[in-house]
Amino acid sequence: MLSRTADNLYSLARYVERAEYLARILEATQRLTAVPLDTAGESNEWESAVATAGCAHAFYAVYDEANEENVTDFLAFSTDNPSSIRSCFEVARTNARAVRTALTMEMWDAINGTWLELKRYGNGPTSREEFSRYLRWVQESSLRFDGSAYRTMLRNDAYWFTRLGIYLERADNTARILDVKYHLLLPAQEHVGGPLDYFQWAAILRSVSALTSYHWVYRESLKPWLVADLLILKEEMPRSLASCYENIVRYLDDIGSAYGRQGPSQRLARGIRTRLQNSRMDGIFQNGLHEFIQEFIADNNRIGQTITQQYLT
Amino acid sequence: MPVAFDEMNGADGAVRPAYSQLSAWLSEIRPDVLDYRRREAELVFRRIGITFAVYGEADAQERLIPFDVIPRILAASEWATLARGLEQRVKALNLYIRDVYGRRECLRAGIVPEDLVFQNPVFRPEMNGQKVPHNIYVHVAGVDIVRVDADTFYVLEDNARTPSGVSYMLENREIMIRLFPELFSRHRVTPVENYPDELLATLQSVAPNTAPGEPTVVLMTPGVYNSAYYEHSFLADKMGIELVEGRDLVVKNEIVYMRTTQGPKRVDVIYRRIDDDFIDPLAFRPDSALGVPGLMSAYQAGNVTLANAVGTGIADDKAVYSYMPDIVKFFLGEEPILKNVPTWRCREEDHLAYVLDHLEQLVVKEVHGSGGYGMLIGPAADKATIAAFRSKLKSSPKNFIAQPTLALSTCPTCVDSGLAPRHVDLRPFVLTGRDRVRIVPGGLTRVAMKAGSLVVNSSQGGGTKDTWVLAG
Repeated sequence: MLSRTADNLYSLARYVERAEYLARILEATQRLTAVPLDTAGESNEWESAVATAGCAHAFYAVYDEANEENVTDFLAFSTDNPSSIRSCFEVARTNARAVRTALTMEMWDAINGTWLELKRYGNGPTSREEFSRYLRWVQESSLRFDGSAYRTMLRNDAYWFTRLGIYLERADNTARILDVKYHLLLPAQEHVGGPLDYFQWAAILRSVSALTSYHWVYRESLKPWLVADLLILKEEMPRSLASCYENIVRYLDDIGSAYGRQGPSQRLARGIRTRLQNSRMDGIFQNGLHEFIQEFIADNNRIGQTITQQYLT
Repeated sequence: MPVAFDEMNGADGAVRPAYSQLSAWLSEIRPDVLDYRRREAELVFRRIGITFAVYGEADAQERLIPFDVIPRILAASEWATLARGLEQRVKALNLYIRDVYGRRECLRAGIVPEDLVFQNPVFRPEMNGQKVPHNIYVHVAGVDIVRVDADTFYVLEDNARTPSGVSYMLENREIMIRLFPELFSRHRVTPVENYPDELLATLQSVAPNTAPGEPTVVLMTPGVYNSAYYEHSFLADKMGIELVEGRDLVVKNEIVYMRTTQGPKRVDVIYRRIDDDFIDPLAFRPDSALGVPGLMSAYQAGNVTLANAVGTGIADDKAVYSYMPDIVKFFLGEEPILKNVPTWRCREEDHLAYVLDHLEQLVVKEVHGSGGYGMLIGPAADKATIAAFRSKLKSSPKNFIAQPTLALSTCPTCVDSGLAPRHVDLRPFVLTGRDRVRIVPGGLTRVAMKAGSLVVNSSQGGGTKDTWVLAG
């Protein structure tokens, strides 16, 4: 297939996944701010939302303060922010239009329908209730896109590149969520195990739809190292780094065997997966969770670049 | 202005045979049926994303072309004559272009004035003496046809460069079958959905002789921002070929390759929907970012087929148009089956004098214009517009031709007040391959949605209809 087509599919999937991630962050933040102020103390959830979205730099170039209004606008609706939810959907649709022929009717419907619906929301919601509905809708749109791709696409390179886009973005997102909360939570001297700590860890899990899974897997109250274990090492957890890399390796292998040739992407991906498989939680915490995550994000970026060089240009 | 011929109700108000079932059906249905299905059709179009862009309209980056749910119907015998006439005309176009870039017999014989060819901006000196695969220049032609009475069809314009609109022909049919199954069961409508197959067969047949048994055909588009992008992606999809942009292609040693995830892949035939000017910045406009550097050299070396060929504009220019009847006679030795609209060439003194005297009655067109831009419709224009046009015409008469204001035929059309006659034209598509000419019965019917309007161009608010050719 054309390199440009593969690139478009890969980016399209990334943007849709990213829109969903932003909606999850905003939802979690909304929930965190519902904690009574005297419990929450001085913490600033909106600041952490911006950091988790990975766009603190761009944000503070426009705004002085991270409050509900500014952050909501910037992450969800701003046209100045190239990775606001709205921009993500816009770019996704432009990509989709450019590869109309590679999409199934259902996928096009999902992405075009989302884009048409987006216009209804205009520059923002009129109430908190409407904003909550909007965030649900964003996640449902992503689910619909994902589901129609899964159900209707031929299992060939077009499908594999689409999946790669999703898993690379998802791995990056999960890592960022863990990292920022690590900063936010662990330095607290006395609150570990306290109500705020509990709420914040619950919000993290909720933001990746993993709160219920946590209880099923560990059957105990929320512990930071167990949350990290779930989101980093548990292959059965669909958003965990291990699960993302299991998929990345698999789809790269599919591409490699269809094309009859393996390359640097395949080797790099297997290397990262092996490192995850050989890691233990106590080791990660001993060497520093933050360092581990930073290294992972760098690796994840590197594999993105390698895939681009090998296939997409 | 003469009274228009209505294709359903004829000149005398008696329903014409081809429309008898439609007319009966229209009188049977509840009045809100049409309105309801009209809205349904719009929803479907919007959902599929069949849109087009209008240049110069910032707020309307993607617009729907209005679709009228009442079909336009042609009898088998009417189509048979049209099809013969179209094949003849396109054959003549091909021979004429080959001659212009080759022996130039028609110029020496005085059939077409030399300056009209050589001073024409669309004449491509690069094509002089250049062989093209299988001597075919116009692989895809769109011939615009209007009707003025029961028996008279005129060719209004030949489109020999990159004619568009065929996706509407196909989608309109698709939607009609979905929305009006009962109407189809009352007619024997010849299908059009084989068009993409016919197009692909045509394109494969014109691959260079050096190409492998199964040549690689691609469709080249200027990109998503082109007004016809939807059509490009639609056709590529239906043919199952790659939709490429200039940046997807690369030329090495005069051979064209496309960049794929598995490395470079050789390309044999390019169905290009991008103008000559933009295909190769090394040969034509150096500022073109849409083209492929070196494409022209690969073409000239005979390693790739471009469809349509470079330089075909020399055949569909409005000034050349008026010579078409003579061109047909000269190259084929036959009488033209399809007539031209009577045309005054303002380049000729006596013609110009007549035109200046009768501006209020005539349609005056710019020779190089298209899309309905830059034309004067005398009967519809006010005094100031006519005066302004008169001075434009006097200062550069060569740039204009004039035609009588034709009473284009009308078809019943859904408008806000119910059914009303609206003017229509027809663009059939003629495919010329190495083996034969292929024409899918029908074409794109364009309809002027405003009462009395003669302008059917989509850029100016025209709509489309499904075109039915009944089986004999």
